[in-house]
Amino acid sequence: MLGDGILKGMAETARNFFGSYVSKERLTTVEYPEQRIPTAENARVFPFLVYDGTDWEAGMRCVACQICEKECPPKCIYIDKSTDKKPDYVGKPQFYPARFDIDISVCMSCQICVEVCPFEAIKMDTQFELATDDRFGGLLYDRKELSRSNEYYHAIHPTEAAEVDARLAEEKAKVEAKAKAAAEAAAAKAAAAATQPAAPAKADSSGLAATAPEAASLTDATKPAGGGS
Amino acid sequence: MSVAEDKAERVEGWNRPPVIEPEGEGELLEVAMGPHHPSTHGVFRMDVALDGERVVRLKPVFGYLHRNHEKIAEGASYLASMPYTDRLDYFCSLTNNWAYALAVEKLVGQAVPERAEYIRVILAELTRVQNHASSIGFLIQEMGASGTPLMYAFKEREKILDLFESLTGSRMMCNYMRFGGCRVDVSGPWLDATRKVVAGLPAFVDEFEALLSTNEILMARCQGMGILPPELAVNAGVSGPMLRAAGVNYDIRKVDRYGIYDRFQFRVPLGDHGDIYDRYMVRILEMRESIKILEQALPTIPTGPIMDAKAKIRGFRPKPGEAYGRIEAPKGELGFYLISDGGPNPYRYRVRPPSLINLTILEDMCLGHNVADVVLIFGSVDIVLGEVDR
Amino acid sequence: MKTVEEIKAAIEAAVPGAGVEFVPNPSPSAQHSLRLAPESAVAVAKFLRDDDELAFDFLSNLTGVDWPDKEIAEKVKVTRQVTKTVDGPEGKVDQTVDETVEETHKRVEPGYLEAVYHLYSVEKKHGPLVIRMRTANRTDQAQLPSLTPVWRAAEFQEREIFDLYGIVFTGHPDLRRILMWDEFKDHPMRKDYVEPDDFEYEPTPHDEVLNRAQEHKSEGLGTGD
Repeated sequence: MLGDGILKGMAETARNFFGSYVSKERLTTVEYPEQRIPTAENARVFPFLVYDGTDWEAGMRCVACQICEKECPPKCIYIDKSTDKKPDYVGKPQFYPARFDIDISVCMSCQICVEVCPFEAIKMDTQFELATDDRFGGLLYDRKELSRSNEYYHAIHPTEAAEVDARLAEEKAKVEAKAKAAAEAAAAKAAAAATQPAAPAKADSSGLAATAPEAASLTDATKPAGGGS
Repeated sequence: MSVAEDKAERVEGWNRPPVIEPEGEGELLEVAMGPHHPSTHGVFRMDVALDGERVVRLKPVFGYLHRNHEKIAEGASYLASMPYTDRLDYFCSLTNNWAYALAVEKLVGQAVPERAEYIRVILAELTRVQNHASSIGFLIQEMGASGTPLMYAFKEREKILDLFESLTGSRMMCNYMRFGGCRVDVSGPWLDATRKVVAGLPAFVDEFEALLSTNEILMARCQGMGILPPELAVNAGVSGPMLRAAGVNYDIRKVDRYGIYDRFQFRVPLGDHGDIYDRYMVRILEMRESIKILEQALPTIPTGPIMDAKAKIRGFRPKPGEAYGRIEAPKGELGFYLISDGGPNPYRYRVRPPSLINLTILEDMCLGHNVADVVLIFGSVDIVLGEVDR
Repeated sequence: MKTVEEIKAAIEAAVPGAGVEFVPNPSPSAQHSLRLAPESAVAVAKFLRDDDELAFDFLSNLTGVDWPDKEIAEKVKVTRQVTKTVDGPEGKVDQTVDETVEETHKRVEPGYLEAVYHLYSVEKKHGPLVIRMRTANRTDQAQLPSLTPVWRAAEFQEREIFDLYGIVFTGHPDLRRILMWDEFKDHPMRKDYVEPDDFEYEPTPHDEVLNRAQEHKSEGLGTGD
């Protein structure tokens, strides 16, 4: 019969219309901003810089290696490397970003900077209410505005942050074990050298230094104070 | 006449759109449909010459959204182009990711772990379902059913996008696949949520069909409209649901068997007439087949790594050479052609955009129809301007 | 599917004097290609499409590649006679000796534009066959025959190559710019393309875009704010 299909469609619409009064899960509208839908844990908006401890400047993990600046697809990261080194959170002297700006009006939230960072220093925030009436300066975030504590990172991405912390702890343990072994070997060598004054005791420490530059700097970043000697 | 000559002659006839003589007297009415026409899915223009209501000439005009994606990619590292591929066909960022990753994997001979292949298939098929659902929604919207079917489609798309967001961190710009695997692993809760959504999909397709498939208005406006003959479709490089609606059995998932598609049982729906209704029906049936693939892939997903051990993120420099990789994206054959000169950036990076090439025969399909049907025929091609203009 | 070498032999048998050249591809993809001479390209393309066994009826992808002029520095060993003052037994003596010197010669290898075609067969379900063609140079002889009469799929893609690379496809029914606007002059995908300094600046608080915008303003050229 002509009109059958239309009636069938109407019935479907009616079923949906009345169904929405019955089924609670179909009422998906929330009254923003009083009510909010919780964001997904993996959600990403704009990057921030992680710091350890309480002082953002002292605890900043970033060592200004500029890999993220190079890899950033829309080129929205601007880094000036420091000329001097200053002790990081654990006391190891490191370069630090004298300037670290992200222009979030250009950033496309792709997370490539997070992936390429060897130091777990840059992560994605979930904060999205960033509207401002200052079109230029207000959307160019400097390193102070970008820094967030590791605790904040744990609060927004608990699973990922736990993994990162475990990885860093593992690196640290590895470095400590290596340093300890090297120290023991050096002590043994020194003891041996004391009995046989001719034997050179240098070989082990040079072997330690000959790791890949990336790995070397990674261990630098996580090495505890005084652990390297 | 030999078979070859016969075929050549037939194809020769399709080389140009037919010339239609105006029936009435007087001048033709030139209409610029677009770039701000509500039916053009963005910024696209059709310069139409009308004889009364009848279309006698139609020239598509592109480029309003052109940003020279290929040039940008030549100045960026291989990895840095991955988020830009999201922005080609922004409805299907995951299949774009896959096509690009596949081309690069071909270029360097990179293997992909099994778990990552399963994740890719699951995400690609979810993408296909939501793309087909919303493309049908848009098609019906252009027919004048303003909103209702589109909202039904978006209701389901919303659930799938929520899955994408909880896995990749973004709803549309997923930037998820990497050369040699995927970025983050799927969790148990995510798989459970996906199973729940997939379990609800057949009911959604049934509901969508009850709403539309036998609707007399839809049938009256779609059947016999915008017919695309199979020879022309093949010769003009048309791909995807458009090609299959014309009755050509060509699905790259079956032909190339890329990834792990040879492990799944699914059928390739084909149309008989090549009209708009066939395209609509092929999309509906493809959604059903995609659900079948999802139902097979979800229980059998193996454990293991998601990135190949040899895959490199930093310092990725392929050896000199070239590769063309293609996949069956929801809109058609999406291919990436890459030439490496050994440097960190591709020497040449080319996207084969299915949306652009499917528009080659737009004029052929529209000629002789009323101007109101042009909107419908154009809608049935299913394009995204981000990919057409690149 | 036949191997690329077999296809080459088949083409040469069917189209006499086709001038097909095998181009190897060192990448693991092993998608080797055939280079066609532009003169016989249309005949070869028709053969590839209509041959019952090959049946490459589907032109999937068609694109341009720019290979600019390459300056090649070669090191050549040159031997010549040089007079040298040598310490001999009777004090300093001038002596003629052969000396081998490495000299760097520079020569310019002319560039060309290339069109690359990826063919598949829908009928036989095989592919890809990669064929390519080169123009004589990058400036006044950047012509290639259009394959639109053979595969309609080439229509928009050849227009795109014409637009972005500047290859003129002779025999194309409707060769106009497709992505850039008609009044645009240059070909932006060429490697030596220089961005014109007159686009509308989107002001940013830093970087070279700002500097350029400020330069424009100071020169009174500003188009943006």
